[in-house]
Amino acid sequence: MRLAPAFLATTFLAATAALAAVSDVHAETPADFLHAYEAAARQGNPGFPGFSVQRGEVFFKTTHGREWSCASCHTPNPTAGGKHAKTDKPIAPLAPAANAERFTRPDKVEKWFRRNCNDVLGRECTPLEKGDILTYLNSLQK
Amino acid sequence: MNHPTRTGFLALLIAGVPWAGPALADGHRYTATDPTWKAECGSCHLAYPPALLPAASWRAVMSGLDKHFGADASLDPATAARIGAFLEQNAGRKRKVAAESELRITATRWFRHEHDEVPAYVWKSAKVKSPSNCAACHTNADAGAFSEHDVEIPK
Repeated sequence: MRLAPAFLATTFLAATAALAAVSDVHAETPADFLHAYEAAARQGNPGFPGFSVQRGEVFFKTTHGREWSCASCHTPNPTAGGKHAKTDKPIAPLAPAANAERFTRPDKVEKWFRRNCNDVLGRECTPLEKGDILTYLNSLQK
Repeated sequence: MNHPTRTGFLALLIAGVPWAGPALADGHRYTATDPTWKAECGSCHLAYPPALLPAASWRAVMSGLDKHFGADASLDPATAARIGAFLEQNAGRKRKVAAESELRITATRWFRHEHDEVPAYVWKSAKVKSPSNCAACHTNADAGAFSEHDVEIPK
C-alpha cells in the first residue's frame, strides 16, 4: 500500500516528462515555447525567478560586445518589419501579435536562435535569455 | 472580315518577343530551382543561381555555412546535403565560370567584367548598398532573369 503513491508519482513524473518532450518537439504556439524554455531554465537553476519583459527588451536592444544587436535587423520595434543589416533583405515582423507565423515551428525557431545568437553574442542563447526575449515579444501589441 | 484568332496570335507573338527574345538570347535567364534552396538560401539574400559558381566553390561554401561571409548560416545536415546536391548538379560549367576559384560571386572575373560599365556612385547608392544586392538593379533577379533588359538602376 505504501508503494502505490510512490509508483503513481513516478508514473506521473514520467508522463509529464514525456509530455514536455513532445511539446518541445511539436510546440506550435509561443506559449509552448515559453513552457519549454521555462522547464529548461528551471533545470539549470532551481531558483529560476521567471522571465522578464524588461530583461528581454534590454537584451534585444543592446549589443553584446560585438557589432550587432537583435534590433540591428529586427529594428527596435519588433512589431514592424525589419531588414537584414548587411543585405537589406526585408524581414517580416518578429512579434507574434504582428506576425502569427512567428514561434510556431520549433525547427525554424531553433535554427534562427542558433544562428542569430551566434552572430550577436558569439555563442548560443541560454533558455533564460530565449524566454526573456519571447516574453518581451509577447508583451508587444500591434 | 475580322479574324480574332489571327489577331490574338499576332498580339501574342509581338508581346512575346521582348520577353523571350533577349532574355533567352543572351543566356541570362537561370531556370534551375528547388524549394529548399529557394527558402533557405533566399532568406537573408537573393538565392543566387547555382550556375554563377562552379561545383567546387559551392562545396566550399556549403562546408563553411557557420561562418558564411561574416554570419552564421548553419543548417541541419539533411537540409545542407539536399541543397549542396542541387547546387552541384546545377553549378556553372561554362569555361568562364568553371575556371573560377572565388567563393564570392562578386569577386569573380566574369562578374567584374559584366559590371565594368557600372559607375562607382551606383555601387555606393543607399538603394544598392552592395554588389551582392542583385535585385537592386536586376528587377527580375528573383525569377532568375539577369538580362540587360531587366536592369533598372535605382534613383
